Amino acid sequence: MAHAEDRVSVRDGMFNVTVRHGGSGEPLVFLHGAGGQATWDPFMDLLGERYTVYSPVSPGWPGSEGIEHIDDVVDMALFYLDLFDTLGLRGVNLVGSSLGGMFAAETAALGREYVRKLVLCEPAGIWLDEHPYLDFYAASQEELQKALFYDPEAMAARMPRPDPEDKEAQAKMALDRQMALASASKFTWPIWDKGLKRRIHRINAPTLIVWGENDGLIPPVYAQAFQKLIPGSKVVIIPKTAHVPMVERPDEFVRVVREFLEAQ
Amino acid sequence: MKVHSFHLMPYPYLPEDFRERYRSVYIDIPSELYDPVRGHQVYNDYLDELEYADRLGFDGVCVNEHHSNAYGLVPSPNLMAAALARRTRNAGLVVLGNSIVLYNPPTRVAEEFAMLDVLSGGRLVAGFPLGTAMDTNYAYGQVPLTLRDKYHEAHDLILRAWTEPEPFAFNGKYTQLRYVNVWPRPLQKPHPPVWIPGGSSPETWEWVVEKDYLYAHLSLSGHASARRTLGRYYALVEAAGKEPNPYRVGMTQACFVAESEDEAEELYSEAVSYFFEKCLYIYRGFADVPGYRSRRAIEEGLAQQGFGLQPQTPSRLGGGGLSWKQRVEQGSVVAGTPEQVTERLREVCKELRVGHLMLLLQLGNLSKERTMRNIQMVAEKVLPNLRDLWSEWEDRWWVRPLEGSRRASLTGK
Repeated sequence: MAHAEDRVSVRDGMFNVTVRHGGSGEPLVFLHGAGGQATWDPFMDLLGERYTVYSPVSPGWPGSEGIEHIDDVVDMALFYLDLFDTLGLRGVNLVGSSLGGMFAAETAALGREYVRKLVLCEPAGIWLDEHPYLDFYAASQEELQKALFYDPEAMAARMPRPDPEDKEAQAKMALDRQMALASASKFTWPIWDKGLKRRIHRINAPTLIVWGENDGLIPPVYAQAFQKLIPGSKVVIIPKTAHVPMVERPDEFVRVVREFLEAQ
Repeated sequence: MKVHSFHLMPYPYLPEDFRERYRSVYIDIPSELYDPVRGHQVYNDYLDELEYADRLGFDGVCVNEHHSNAYGLVPSPNLMAAALARRTRNAGLVVLGNSIVLYNPPTRVAEEFAMLDVLSGGRLVAGFPLGTAMDTNYAYGQVPLTLRDKYHEAHDLILRAWTEPEPFAFNGKYTQLRYVNVWPRPLQKPHPPVWIPGGSSPETWEWVVEKDYLYAHLSLSGHASARRTLGRYYALVEAAGKEPNPYRVGMTQACFVAESEDEAEELYSEAVSYFFEKCLYIYRGFADVPGYRSRRAIEEGLAQQGFGLQPQTPSRLGGGGLSWKQRVEQGSVVAGTPEQVTERLREVCKELRVGHLMLLLQLGNLSKERTMRNIQMVAEKVLPNLRDLWSEWEDRWWVRPLEGSRRASLTGK
């Protein structure tokens, strides 16, 4: 499917962000996780069959600038409301993954009138002492791959990777990753809890909570924690996938999400 | 040249199989490995060693700050400096330093450093390190991305707190104070000399040059890396149009003296190996974190900030399995007879333009007896032959104590 990539200026150039978009139908905005979003992914195409999908890159992640104007997660939610205004979006189906799920929940709490339905995929933002997340920053590559994917080997084969001979592309990828995780640290360090529980009661959009059964980063037990905090929300656990079901099992993920968004 | 005695204060009782059983000397090292009864003796031995260095004429004694680790048992260097202030007479108290982002509000540092300066009669050197990723991000929960910004704000607040004569309000991003009014005030005017340890980022070097502070290179990885770092530093000094006064640079150097090369190896190699194999055995996941290093530092592929940590193995820092001879050759250790050591130190300090040489005379699990002997030999046979170096330059980065007649005398001493 064709998609376009725009540079969008928000608040008179305070933020300059990359927004990829494609498909047609009601607006659906996808907020990426801590690693950033460098590509237009297959699940976006699948969602694009029914929705106009917007995939913005958050300020501070490679492709978007302005993190220095964002001190905390509330600032980030306000940025997203400003972005919706800039793009003229209302009645947004808001989908967020991991750290993007935390941003989506905050945005839905602060901007009720913007959000039609909310999908939180393995969202961060709540912390239970008895269920600590994996230490994302200290973990080795191998530990991380195991936590993020049900089948790390199959995923590794599918992931786009620069030519090992291309030193410049390798260096850029490493730098991009450093910058992405550095920006994420503003919202995740040292604990991925920046007070969402004091604002989450404001969410009034119908909400779906999606979790990969084998998530090794944020344990699936958090699905129930979120459900308790968002009355009327629905939980779907997707088997044979872990922290990024939209990447590892795009068909099943999109089926679950569409079923929820299209239900009356 | 000024020559100082720097003590890392390591825990010397890590088990033989430490590397096999544990993943890191920092952050998640089990607390059961620490024995406070032995710790009591260890602290007192280490303070004895620094006090001995003062009596034998070293210019300064140096301590620094680290957290949640067995590499250096000093979460609060100011406590050590307070103990030393009473039991030393002449040495500068070089606190290298306080990780100023970790103190809330940072005026705490302004106060404690002022106390130390007054208590010691103007012998304090105020070190302001950024701190390692282990200390600041992992042990003290500081957000990596904002660490440097917070550091600079804390620095500005402390300097204003020391120098502005009237109480003022401070509306910072990380600290807000309606009244800043530090009591007591530092004895040295306008403030104690400021030394900036560590710091392998180009921005830090530029800032140190601009502020005219001393840059302290805490290298444990030998002369080659020190040559690169200090070479770049002096290039920036020159570019800023400042004089290449060697007193604007300090450097640590592990140094071990004996009657012969063989004796040096016999006396010190085990302790040195303990240090490199165990005390620097840092799980790589803790040694750096995205956001800790500046973008420029990453782009230039510079090593982590801190104490000369260099990536050596895929999963761990330090260690490295070098032999005693390799370490001596590489310069991470200078060792041998007094003549050999003197010659080597002169050569290195000359080449690198180091005016403040901070000697590590105890490392790893080196016993008190051997450390004291090392201190004595260095003091008697090496130190006198280094002093004349750089005599043509004025040291503007050193303490200015009260003259003897105005110094308090201690009852019972």
